[in-house]
Amino acid sequence: MSLETKYPNEVKQILSKYPPEHKRAAVMPLLYLAQREEGYLTKDAMRDVAQIVDITETEVAALVGFYTLYHDRKEGKYRMQVCTDLPCALRGADEFMNSLCDRLGIKVGETTADGFLTLEAATCLAACNRAPMFQTQGPDGIKYHENMTVERTMDLIAVLRRSGREVHS
Amino acid sequence: MSYVVLRHRDIPDLHTFDVYTKNGGFEAFKNAVTQMTPAQVIDVVKNSGLRGRGGAGFPTGMKWSFIDNKNWPHYIVANADESEPGTFKDREIMEGNPFQFLEGLAIASYAVGANVAYVYLRGEFWQLGALLDEKIAELEKEGFLGDKLFGSEYSLRIYTHLGAGAYICGEETALLESLEGKRGQPRVRPPFPPSVGLFGKPTIINNVETFTNVPMILANGADWYKSMGTADSAGVKIFSLSGRVRKPGNYELPFGTTFRELIYTHGGGVQDSRAVKAIMPAGASSSLILVDDEKILDTPMDYASVRTLKSELGSASVIIVDDSVSMDWLVNKTVHFFRHESCGKCTPCREGTYWMSNIIERIHQGQGTTGDVDLLLNVAKQIQGKCLCALGEFSTMAVVSGIERFSEDFKNAVTPEPLPQLYVKEREIGKA
Amino acid sequence: MTKQVTLTINGIQVTAPAGSSLVDAAKLAGIDIPVFCHHPKLEPVGMCRMCLVEIGRPMRDRATNEIVMENGAPKIQFLPKLETACTNKVEEGMVVLSQSDKARSGQRATVEFLLTSHPLDCPICDKGGECPLQNLTMAHGPGKSRFLFDEKLRLGKRVPLGDLIVLDQERCIQCARCIRFQDEIVGDSVLGFDDRSRGMRIITFSEPGFNSIFSGNTTDICPVGALTTRDFRFEARPWELESVASICTQCPVGCNITLNTRREAKAGGDFVVKRVMPRQNEEVNEIWICDKGRFVHHYTDSKRRLKTPLVRRDGEFAHVSWDEASKAAAETLKNDSVILASGKLANEDLFNLKALADQAGGKAYLYSHMGGGDVTTLIGVGEGTNIGAMGAGTTIVVVASDLYEEAPIWYLRVKQATDRGATLLVLNSRSTKLDRFASHVQRYDYGDAIKAAQHLGGIKTAEAFANSQNVLIFFGSDGLGVEGTANLASACAKFLQDGGYAGKPNSGLIGVWERANDQGAWEMGFEVAEDLAGALRGKSVYIVGADPVGDDPALAKALAEAQFVVVQDVMQTATTAIADVVLPARVFTEREGTLTSGERRVQRFYAAVPPTGEARADYAITAQLASHMGIELEGMSVSAVFERLAGAVKSFAGLTYARVSEVKPQWPIVGRGDMYYGGTTYENTMGLGVHLTAAAARGESLDVARAERESAPRPKGNELLAVPVNKLYDRGTTVMQSADLLRDWIGSPTISLHPDAAKNLGVEAGDLVHISFDGVSGEARVKFDESITANVVLVPREMGFAIREPIPVQISMPAKVE
Repeated sequence: MSLETKYPNEVKQILSKYPPEHKRAAVMPLLYLAQREEGYLTKDAMRDVAQIVDITETEVAALVGFYTLYHDRKEGKYRMQVCTDLPCALRGADEFMNSLCDRLGIKVGETTADGFLTLEAATCLAACNRAPMFQTQGPDGIKYHENMTVERTMDLIAVLRRSGREVHS
Repeated sequence: MSYVVLRHRDIPDLHTFDVYTKNGGFEAFKNAVTQMTPAQVIDVVKNSGLRGRGGAGFPTGMKWSFIDNKNWPHYIVANADESEPGTFKDREIMEGNPFQFLEGLAIASYAVGANVAYVYLRGEFWQLGALLDEKIAELEKEGFLGDKLFGSEYSLRIYTHLGAGAYICGEETALLESLEGKRGQPRVRPPFPPSVGLFGKPTIINNVETFTNVPMILANGADWYKSMGTADSAGVKIFSLSGRVRKPGNYELPFGTTFRELIYTHGGGVQDSRAVKAIMPAGASSSLILVDDEKILDTPMDYASVRTLKSELGSASVIIVDDSVSMDWLVNKTVHFFRHESCGKCTPCREGTYWMSNIIERIHQGQGTTGDVDLLLNVAKQIQGKCLCALGEFSTMAVVSGIERFSEDFKNAVTPEPLPQLYVKEREIGKA
Repeated sequence: MTKQVTLTINGIQVTAPAGSSLVDAAKLAGIDIPVFCHHPKLEPVGMCRMCLVEIGRPMRDRATNEIVMENGAPKIQFLPKLETACTNKVEEGMVVLSQSDKARSGQRATVEFLLTSHPLDCPICDKGGECPLQNLTMAHGPGKSRFLFDEKLRLGKRVPLGDLIVLDQERCIQCARCIRFQDEIVGDSVLGFDDRSRGMRIITFSEPGFNSIFSGNTTDICPVGALTTRDFRFEARPWELESVASICTQCPVGCNITLNTRREAKAGGDFVVKRVMPRQNEEVNEIWICDKGRFVHHYTDSKRRLKTPLVRRDGEFAHVSWDEASKAAAETLKNDSVILASGKLANEDLFNLKALADQAGGKAYLYSHMGGGDVTTLIGVGEGTNIGAMGAGTTIVVVASDLYEEAPIWYLRVKQATDRGATLLVLNSRSTKLDRFASHVQRYDYGDAIKAAQHLGGIKTAEAFANSQNVLIFFGSDGLGVEGTANLASACAKFLQDGGYAGKPNSGLIGVWERANDQGAWEMGFEVAEDLAGALRGKSVYIVGADPVGDDPALAKALAEAQFVVVQDVMQTATTAIADVVLPARVFTEREGTLTSGERRVQRFYAAVPPTGEARADYAITAQLASHMGIELEGMSVSAVFERLAGAVKSFAGLTYARVSEVKPQWPIVGRGDMYYGGTTYENTMGLGVHLTAAAARGESLDVARAERESAPRPKGNELLAVPVNKLYDRGTTVMQSADLLRDWIGSPTISLHPDAAKNLGVEAGDLVHISFDGVSGEARVKFDESITANVVLVPREMGFAIREPIPVQISMPAKVE
């Protein structure tokens, strides 16, 4: 089903933000919308978005490739993106990441066997004062988790697994 | 003293419309639209000495006066792409004091004749985008945004736009490309955005913190603002303090506050009571300040004074490095960041950051030689002065200052003799 | 005239048009500033940083704004950093240094950076020998690599981008020339970059991959060996190649090309064509050619080439001498004969054929489904016309033509003209790719093309002509046959005459003909028979360069009833199979001659390879045949034929081979030692061609036939109206010989229906249906076209269905869907 059929109001609302002669500007919010359910962008989804904003599939694919929050293949339902950049690393982010890997039994970039969680390293997320921290990217958007410990992270994963939803504060 | 930008720390619930308006919120905007000409607004901002808070420190009022009035429509864009490692101030502003930011944006829009303003947020600020959307909807409902505001002919709409993970989109022309739905790669300048910006139209782009100062400047006057800070750097600045301090966080202080005051009075001192070894005053893009003399900590934090330490104040993202850190480790971190974030458009940055990351990785893993350190320094210098935008230049700052100012650390990390065989490693660079 | 600006580059004073980039200005003065991403046909992007130079400007006094003088000359203030010469424009008094130590160190740095991940596999690289990176490395690069070999990226060496172009990811230097060519020049963004940073790779997501009929051009402007054509990949080294000037014979545009040849064992040590390259002619094809022109040359060495004259004896072909064959042919053509020739032939061939017909008292017909050439000889474009300079003030009308499929380079040039400000009006019954660039698109129902043309100046389209000093009209055969196109030409001519555009340079009528030299045939006085079958029946027929038997069962039937059939062609066809005498002709690569393009430009082509077998040039064969009939025609020297032609045909008056071969300086400068600047396109040293004069420009009275309203046949009952459309990669004899390369592009026969029509028939897109009309029947796949009406079906020409003009058809459900 096309995006316009599935989310007519959202598509209309997104397009209304930009001048009609520059509807290409709507491509990025539309890609988020298209990625919402599967967690990644299929070739069909890219074609669909391309048609809405009147650009080519190649142009859409080039955007998906450029920006790190768009994904072109299926990974875990949730992506846990741990900041390991300098300020966080000065506050123990690397050690945090290593322990997480041990606890989850996967390496950075890998997905848990049940396909639930993909662990990734992220560049600075503007939360340097609350390291260690990570964001989760999943069906309910992106959420920050700051001043984390490995224990609390494991608890969070357990809650996520159980409820299937991120609880927004 | 009371806060100028982080006023939510003084006034509880300032993020709500009622509290914000009860505390004089939107009076400045209303007054500007109904009582002042756009030129008068620009003059006040010019006289206040406000300079851009995104890093470059360009005088804000002057930038606004550059807008091309022969070409319409005009746009205004708030740069909320906050991505410099060590910077986390815009996020707190937008979370805690969103209306003051939006009011500043609205005043700026009026001053440059823009009827549409965009807030470009980094994609990771997904929740923040939703929050701002709520606030904007509230303002539209209350008649502070929309058509013919306060009975005038002036209309304004504000829209949020989420990026999707690319540090380079903090560069203003890359941001515009991204906002237009393209790969965020910087444009050739000139033309500059005030002449040719968003959708090819005159556009003013400022940082969130810059806008958030504006309502207070209009409310209290240029002289009031100028009375804070130093002659060269007027007003207050939010210093994002991170790294090895006990109390990392945002500190709103007048320009000219010393490093010592920031670190010890506000930041609670260095963790484990260690000594400060280096300071990065502008995040990962900084030249490392070598703190080999206690007196260095008494340097005032303003644009000119930091320059005397052969560094830049930039966005005032102050990362504190203590003496437990070896610089080869630190440089490895910054270079990997820039390699990952290079947009790839220009050769020296694309190839140079990749090359540097190979060399520093080798050094950091203990597989490097003294020749590698020389090569790294040489490659970094070879990048300098040749790139399309500042990112390439930034990528070399910690490398050059690190090797030149902390040579012992690098000497200790490498073997003096060349390795008997070439260091062989399969390598595939992809998305992390 | 553009304002001129004077500046100093490397101490040399240079005057260049305002707005020029420093790289281009330097080029004018003979100074090469090295570049990779910059290309004179593309917008500057400043990506590669190869053209780093020092830039200084005269210092001005802040108070007075006067230029500060020092030792009698303006004091120059240099910028602290190196700047890119491609993005900086010329300024009065500017001082540029591209050879200073500082500038050279910048250039050296860029080459070193580019080489860090480059594989340096020049010895096996097709680009080696004509490679900008190789050349600039020799000139500016470091002698030794400081980058560890083991850390070089290992990437795809053979990544197909579609069927025709192969990407070597290791060699790519991310200059984006190919992407920008598709974005800016073609307007189809089918290439892009994936990822960012050092992960950037060229990708295509179009369906099919690299969906462009101009893809080969990207290999010319690629400054490294990253993009190669499947045709030339690993076929030869550039330095082994000879180059011979030629003209593409695939459509009426007349692109200037260079044939690259090499001696090969498989040809017994003789020269063979290894590749076709564009040759610069800024007024015709700039530096581009389409993929059809680039890749179909394989038909010239097809196994089906005719090698010796054949005469039918007791039902079987016998190899005979030229003398015997031409005598046998001449014998039967003496009386009541008909000549049927196509626009594949050169001017000289057609002239001799027409002379033969005139002197023998026979008829000479052009083999074409289009009429109207008599009109274009009167009111076609002529001297002084340059599509490459058209912009504001010019209105271009394209009526009943899909230029993308029929004349690709015209499509490109019309698009470019709109980029420069020209107004484009597209009239057609269906949407075509050109619609995107049109300021006005007008639809008419199939059957109403002439009416639409008659109302060109009417209310609906008047706006398109409001500011036009010049009007250029392209008319084609989309949905029209001989009669329809003839009437359409007349209607368009009337509009041009009434508007006062006739005879003006940059104005006039252009036929989007089927073949390269149809216009030449019309100039020579050929006609198109409305009832060709009737004209052939019972006659002695001399067919040259045409395959009527293969094309159309009706013509096959007529020829079966002919008295005697002489066929002269380059390869075996269904028509040679039924001939009484077969005369082997040379292909265009084996001989000399001239062609007249659709815009009436006479251009010369040269022999590049030795002839196949005993094949002879068409004009010579005709002359020999004529001599047996007692008619004297020139058959020895092609230029002598041209001289006679120029003496006899008014529009050719005054032309000689020498004039046609003249060249003048062109911009941009390409093809010299500086492949990095314009690409590997060849410089034109062998002739830019000359426009014919049109009768209107000569001040002759114009007798344009009145256009009659076409009356398309009315489909009855369960019929639809089949209308012919044209396809670039069809099943024409030349294209099919390159089928290994173009198979997917040729595809299977496909007809287009409106979704509603399909619904009525109960068919889905992709279904196989049965189609039958006028004794023709077969199967075709269905695709949808929402821009057409529900009562028509689009049938491509030369895809297995003989459709010359609109005709009612029956479509039935397939026996079985696969």
